[in-house]
Amino acid sequence: MSKSFRASDIDWFLLGLALAIAAVGVMEIYSTTLHSPLAGQYRRQIYWILLSFVLALVVSRLDYHIVLEQTPWLYGISVLLLAGLLLLGHSIAGTRRWLQFGPMSFQVSEIVKLIIILVVAAYFADRRIKAVTWGDLVKLGIVGGIPAILVALEPDLGTALTFIPIIAAGIIFAGIRWQHIAVLCLTGILALPVGWHFLRPYQRERLMTFVHPAQNTQTSSYQVTQTKIAIGSGGFWGKGLGNGTQSRLGFIPVSHADSIFAVFAEEQGFVGTLLVLLLYFALLLRLLDGAQMAPDRAGAFFLVGLAAVLFFQVVINTGMMIGVFPITGIPLPLMSQGGSSLLFTFLGLGLAMSVRARRYVN
Amino acid sequence: MEVRFPSDERPPAWKIAFFQYAIAASFLGLLAGYWRYQIGQHAQYLDLAERNRIRNLPVIAPRGRILDREGRVLADNFPAFSVLLMRESAASLSPDGIAGIARGLQLDPEELRHTLERTASLPRFQPVLLKQAATLEDISFVESHRVEYPELDLIQVQQRLYPKHQVMAALLGYVGEVPEEMIAKLGSNYRPGDVMGKFGVEGEYNQILSGRDGMRRVVVNSRGQEVGLLSTINALAGNDLRLTIDLDLQMAAEASLGDRPGAVVALDPRTGEVLAMVSHPSFDPNDFAKRIDPKEWNDLLNDPMKPLMNKAIQAQLAPGSVFKIVMATAVLETGTVKPDYIVHCSGAVTIYGHLYHDWVFQGKRKVHGAVNVHSAIRESCDVFFYTMGKMLGIDKIDYFARGLGLGARTGIDLPSEAPGLIPSPEWVQRVFKRKWYAGETISVAIGQGADAVTPIQLANTFGGIATGGVFHRPHVAFQDQLRALGENPPDISPRDFPLSDETLAAVKSGMWAVVNEGGGTGVAARCPGIDISGKTGTAQVVSEALQQSAKSSEYRNTAWFVGYAPSDKPEIVVAALVQRGEHSTVAVPIARDVIKAYFDKKAGPKPPKNQMETQVRVLSQVQPATPPRAAVAASMRQ
Repeated sequence: MSKSFRASDIDWFLLGLALAIAAVGVMEIYSTTLHSPLAGQYRRQIYWILLSFVLALVVSRLDYHIVLEQTPWLYGISVLLLAGLLLLGHSIAGTRRWLQFGPMSFQVSEIVKLIIILVVAAYFADRRIKAVTWGDLVKLGIVGGIPAILVALEPDLGTALTFIPIIAAGIIFAGIRWQHIAVLCLTGILALPVGWHFLRPYQRERLMTFVHPAQNTQTSSYQVTQTKIAIGSGGFWGKGLGNGTQSRLGFIPVSHADSIFAVFAEEQGFVGTLLVLLLYFALLLRLLDGAQMAPDRAGAFFLVGLAAVLFFQVVINTGMMIGVFPITGIPLPLMSQGGSSLLFTFLGLGLAMSVRARRYVN
Repeated sequence: MEVRFPSDERPPAWKIAFFQYAIAASFLGLLAGYWRYQIGQHAQYLDLAERNRIRNLPVIAPRGRILDREGRVLADNFPAFSVLLMRESAASLSPDGIAGIARGLQLDPEELRHTLERTASLPRFQPVLLKQAATLEDISFVESHRVEYPELDLIQVQQRLYPKHQVMAALLGYVGEVPEEMIAKLGSNYRPGDVMGKFGVEGEYNQILSGRDGMRRVVVNSRGQEVGLLSTINALAGNDLRLTIDLDLQMAAEASLGDRPGAVVALDPRTGEVLAMVSHPSFDPNDFAKRIDPKEWNDLLNDPMKPLMNKAIQAQLAPGSVFKIVMATAVLETGTVKPDYIVHCSGAVTIYGHLYHDWVFQGKRKVHGAVNVHSAIRESCDVFFYTMGKMLGIDKIDYFARGLGLGARTGIDLPSEAPGLIPSPEWVQRVFKRKWYAGETISVAIGQGADAVTPIQLANTFGGIATGGVFHRPHVAFQDQLRALGENPPDISPRDFPLSDETLAAVKSGMWAVVNEGGGTGVAARCPGIDISGKTGTAQVVSEALQQSAKSSEYRNTAWFVGYAPSDKPEIVVAALVQRGEHSTVAVPIARDVIKAYFDKKAGPKPPKNQMETQVRVLSQVQPATPPRAAVAASMRQ
């Protein structure tokens, strides 16, 4: 399918929302790193945004079916890459998440996220069913589970967890019986102790902190205590850009990355929180709107999967800042500093535009 | 795998709607959560954020120095560091944290835990003092463990320094931490770890000496490092206090008393100014300036020689023969006898059916023969004064002893002055529930029995008699200085106890004879060019009243000598006490040395000014090696 380029094919609304959120992110990265050794990181972030933005435009010109056709070998390469990272990759800060390209390093698991979305979309493209079968559940469990385990072993539990909403959204969207839900929940509960066994000590501590927040303010719940202080002290109007004492004085760990929203909430207050959450809300609804009008099952499943993972990351990230969820390394899409995450998000949005461009128009 | 995409199917709208509602509900929940923190609990979290970043660091005001009458430094300060625990930002320390800090600062973990428990109820903005006089190791521990223990901080303090160490320690007193019950008192401005004067001049004039601490509000980062200054309230240094003490006389007295337990007091009888005050054995008040270790403290407390006691004002001892001056004054003033009244001393006398021996008879089987007031004072004839005691009666003895300043506090401006005791029938009745034995009067007459006086009392009494019956209240701080500092100085207007010229002439000539005539008991006090008078005393035991508390080992003679010079117009009176001194002769040279130092200094050429300054500078240079703050900070922060 080749069509001549039309400006109306580009979802400027979606791109506008994404760019607005990304701009807020750049602003806060600038603010929080200004007087730190990381000053200048915001410029890197801008370059990544521009690069990702251009790639999104390019991808939006592609027919997403072409991409979908590549999923089997893309998936294979992904698994091989993840396994290779574990075996050969050199560790940065104790984890093997990064693929090194000269001066650039790249987090493979972020792109694997996109591939899992494509795999799920491709899987359901042909299955016109009322509800998934046990066979579907097992197959999808394996397809999602293999990369999830590899990523979890890096260790990067946060990103591994983001595979779950992708699969889950696909299954729910395809249709699931209550019996299946019940059995899955039961298995999940039974698997908890086993999972606990595999957790690393720091991960267990984070979970314990989440369950008993008041117990220890010095070590692991220090982080959530400090982000809460930052957010709460922001108040309604916020302290103003560059005036967030919590982040500027180093009370918030990774203030430019995973904790960017706490910094933002401290400096911009509830007004800012409301605004950015509205932007995310609009973005997610736009994606679902696209799913509604998608030309086929594959496109709809892709958009649902993308919306699901972005939704999951936004809710978990902003929720863990106020102690609603335990601390895990899940970045806030578009805002947190990090090229891989930006690239994944914009590529996903690019494909979303490709789907939308082929929508039914009445 | 061939993937085909039929485009005939629309996803059911309800499924999309399900996702939409799920998202909307989640976002509403999130907003509610953020509302709770940002609106509902904003004030509370803003407070927490401010406490995170703002530290109130005390700026310790240097304590005023204590100077001698010529401005020589007796108590000084030197800069040191204290380790504080800032509890505002930190949660309660974990047991591991406590153990780690205790190890790093070389503190006893139990004691540290105890400190934390004691201070747990105090407001969290009050820092807790963990260690005073931090060593270089302590400082580097704090600086290098900013990440592990951001709640630790250092402040520069002014540590008390006593450059003369043991010299006049009991007079100066010492500083120590304010006791908790004082901090807890309503309206108290003290914080834990604050230092206050305790005992001696430091205690008496604490208000003048202590300054007002200031406060620095600083911004700190998450590692507790200062990154900005918000405001400063400057510390107000305490006022220097100049004492009436003359360091030269003090040193002479210290040297002359030497290692023997005892006390020396030198007064100017014309004013009551204390020129020297020695109490031995002494202690080093520098040990108290930092937190004294409990063992050292217990050793000082339990030392039988009571080094913490200022014996010059607290030792209550029988005056022995020194009391005969009171007797002589009393019998002459009451007209009981005339100065030429003769008593025949045959080494002993029987009064009330009891045989009382004279000390010369007990020792060497000698007798005084015919003695009058003059020779009885000179030779310290017991028989004469036994007789006088019987003739005078206890009531008159009591009246004159009190009138001449014995058995009551002199009112010196130092804490814990002891009153001493002059026994009377009422006192015996009150305390022992018995009648006064007539024989007791005879013992009292020679300064034994229940008589108990302090060295300062004797100096005051002799000064008063020597200056004709005018008693100036002894004091160590200058009145005009106290007034200039806005203090209300104690009333030191002299107290008159009129004595007739005849009485004074006779008693004083007796005291002159003690030193200057053959057979005098105090001839060792003679000093060429200086006209010294005085009276010796050898008290056999601690007084009856104190026997219960005294240990048998202390039942040894107390040697006294109280002398003054010049005899006609006295400028200095010295009371010297040597405990366990066997005989008064050991006390005589001490008074002589101090008097000699006084007149040598008066006669000698004044030392050139620059030489004096050098002396002051040398004193103030005696400081423990503490690196200057800037250098330490620079080396640590790198």
